[in-house]
Amino acid sequence: MGGYPGWLMTYLDNAATTAMLPAAVTAMTEALTGVGNASSLHSAGRRARRMVEEARESIADSLGARPSEVIFTAGGTESDNLAVKGIYWARVAAEPARRRVLVSAAEHHAVLDAVEWLAEHADAELSWLPVDAYGAVSPDTVRAAIAEDPDTVALVTAMWANNEVGTISQIEAIAEVCAEFQVPLHTDAVQAVGSIPVRFDTSGARALTVTGHKLGGPYGIGALLLDRDTPCTPLLHGGGQEREVRSGTLDVPAIHAFAVALRESVGAVRAERVRLTELRTELIRAVRAAVPDAVLNGAVRDRLPGNAHFSFPGCEGDSLLMLLDAKGIECSTGSACTAGVAEPSHVLLAMGTEPAVARGSLRFSLGHDSTPEDVAALATAIGPVVRRARQAGLAGTRRRTGSTDQQPAEV
Amino acid sequence: MRVLAAMSGGVDSAVAAARAVDAGHEVVGVHLALSAKPGTLRTGARGCCTIEDSRDARRVADILGIPFYVWDFAERFTEEVVDEFVASYAEGRTPNPCLTCNEKIKFEALLDKAIALGFDAVCTGHYARLSVVEDQPQLRRSADPGKDQSYVLASLTADQLRHAMFPLGGDLKSTVREEAAQRGLAVAEKPDSHDICFIPDGDTQKFLTDRLGEQPGKLVDAESGAVLGEHVGVHSFTVGQRKGLGIDAPAQDGRPRYVLSLEPVSGTVRVGSAEQLAVEEIYAHRPIWPSGKEFGGRAGPVRCVAQVRAHGSTAAAESELVGDELVVRLTEPLTGVAPGQAVVLYEQDNHGDLVLGSGKIARTG
Repeated sequence: MGGYPGWLMTYLDNAATTAMLPAAVTAMTEALTGVGNASSLHSAGRRARRMVEEARESIADSLGARPSEVIFTAGGTESDNLAVKGIYWARVAAEPARRRVLVSAAEHHAVLDAVEWLAEHADAELSWLPVDAYGAVSPDTVRAAIAEDPDTVALVTAMWANNEVGTISQIEAIAEVCAEFQVPLHTDAVQAVGSIPVRFDTSGARALTVTGHKLGGPYGIGALLLDRDTPCTPLLHGGGQEREVRSGTLDVPAIHAFAVALRESVGAVRAERVRLTELRTELIRAVRAAVPDAVLNGAVRDRLPGNAHFSFPGCEGDSLLMLLDAKGIECSTGSACTAGVAEPSHVLLAMGTEPAVARGSLRFSLGHDSTPEDVAALATAIGPVVRRARQAGLAGTRRRTGSTDQQPAEV
Repeated sequence: MRVLAAMSGGVDSAVAAARAVDAGHEVVGVHLALSAKPGTLRTGARGCCTIEDSRDARRVADILGIPFYVWDFAERFTEEVVDEFVASYAEGRTPNPCLTCNEKIKFEALLDKAIALGFDAVCTGHYARLSVVEDQPQLRRSADPGKDQSYVLASLTADQLRHAMFPLGGDLKSTVREEAAQRGLAVAEKPDSHDICFIPDGDTQKFLTDRLGEQPGKLVDAESGAVLGEHVGVHSFTVGQRKGLGIDAPAQDGRPRYVLSLEPVSGTVRVGSAEQLAVEEIYAHRPIWPSGKEFGGRAGPVRCVAQVRAHGSTAAAESELVGDELVVRLTEPLTGVAPGQAVVLYEQDNHGDLVLGSGKIARTG
């Protein structure tokens, strides 16, 4: 078997997943040695339950929610599905005319595919909210879309920060508009929590998705923060462990570690924001210096501190990714993968980017263990890699005219 | 060398990649995504382009300890292979899509990209022997006569072959399967893929009719000119075809009738006896010389063996280049020689018949 030389690599893909914080590893490892189902009534069960409830209180405290508003799930995808489908089902059950779901085309696939499923199987009517050139939905857009026919709206879903281009939405302003019309707002805050300050109570959102592995916690654990007065029909039926909205034996060690990671990352968010913004600014400067025609996608100011997303005209994303990978630099084409195929990003397409340009895009995302050395490694590599990928991009689109023997490039 | 191993997820390309690694090359595995909407799971033994196949390839790469990527060639494949396949049938020709895929995708689109990215060669699991002698590629039949794929590689130019690597050419398929098992590759027992990868249900007629619609025409007796029946399009036929002609009345002589020729403009399909099907001269255009030299440097007319389809059908021949056209005179006639297929010329050799050249069949006489 091949090794796992991760420690040799420059990891610039923290938006995909982030290394667990040491405190979270310790917490999880300790919890893994115990036994106990949090629903059992004996001592071991009570110990497990206590760990879960302390975690719930800690998470609620970290995110400005009430403990009863924290519903543990298996992560971002489940939370998004639960919120979008569950709130839709509950709204339609109460008021059959409310079939309209307002959503932008720049959402994560966990939201997009869920609403499309509702349209296909549950008579939902999708109102697509246009995004601006940075990938954000404006409150005015939301207002106009609701106002078209306020009595038919089931819910609005709008991400707090975009996972690909890093643009931060005006989520409080969007929530205000929704509140005016008494329409529940769900926000996917997977990328925002731990990167920028996020508070559920002051946001105005009725449901908020968060996941562990993007903020230094374990995989496979997340939560939906769900307002107490927002009905939500379950996706998973069974023991009803989580407020009768979600069933399944609670993953005690993961929940414990999630709470530890969340507390630590939220506690550090202001300092990290400053540190990562500086690193990110240097990263953007270095990439532009090496590749003057690189296009920075997404907002300049209202942007996740660790995110830098570029299009490299004339290149294909998969070539860039492979060449950087070979030089020990790990990043992402920032798009959904089916069988590992990089498709042009739906976010960039929604922002109006040409498909050919969208194909030549890379996301670099910094995290809690990113260092100036990581940025320096990218700064050294990116110029030659882009030059090489450009040759390949030309080769890929051009029909053969002559010999395959080409000039060796410098990589 | 830096080698890009094209990995379909099948056993052959897996062992080919493994051998490239063993030979000391720096190998990167790439699975070509050829369908814009790949199936999730393989169905039957057909096809090679599902997500399950790409995962099989990835697992092999894991075990070999090489990097692995999936590259999207769906658009190029659709344009250059699928559209070309359909267009050929519409024009009354019988294409070989595997040959087109080797020529345009694996050893053009992929190879060009690989070379631009700094690779020296593309390695595949094809069964053919390839060596380079004094900078001239020599392409030969594989050691496994049942698996030989030199026919579908014969349209590669010397430039393409100089950057190609076929590590399996010297072995039997059974040996390759055993080796895969010894290496612990889960694909060792995976069934061979058959038929055309982009027609997973194997129903070529339906595939073509879906795309070309019905273009009715007449079935005509080649000798008498009598109309024998109607058909839904020349794309339903291949020269040499006997079954499925849909003629009610038997031939007067009681012998079977075959498709002799297809005329797409008038929609006429001419049928006749087996004798009328016999071909003694083949005219092919766009000759290609794997060695880079006409007939591998032999002065024409050159005595050789001609093969006119992927499996079987060979005959001794004499061939020469007349203008741009490859003229092949068969010593003994062949039947079922279909325009659109390749004619590949071999020189018999105990170390594997050597490919001298090939061309695309334009007409016969």
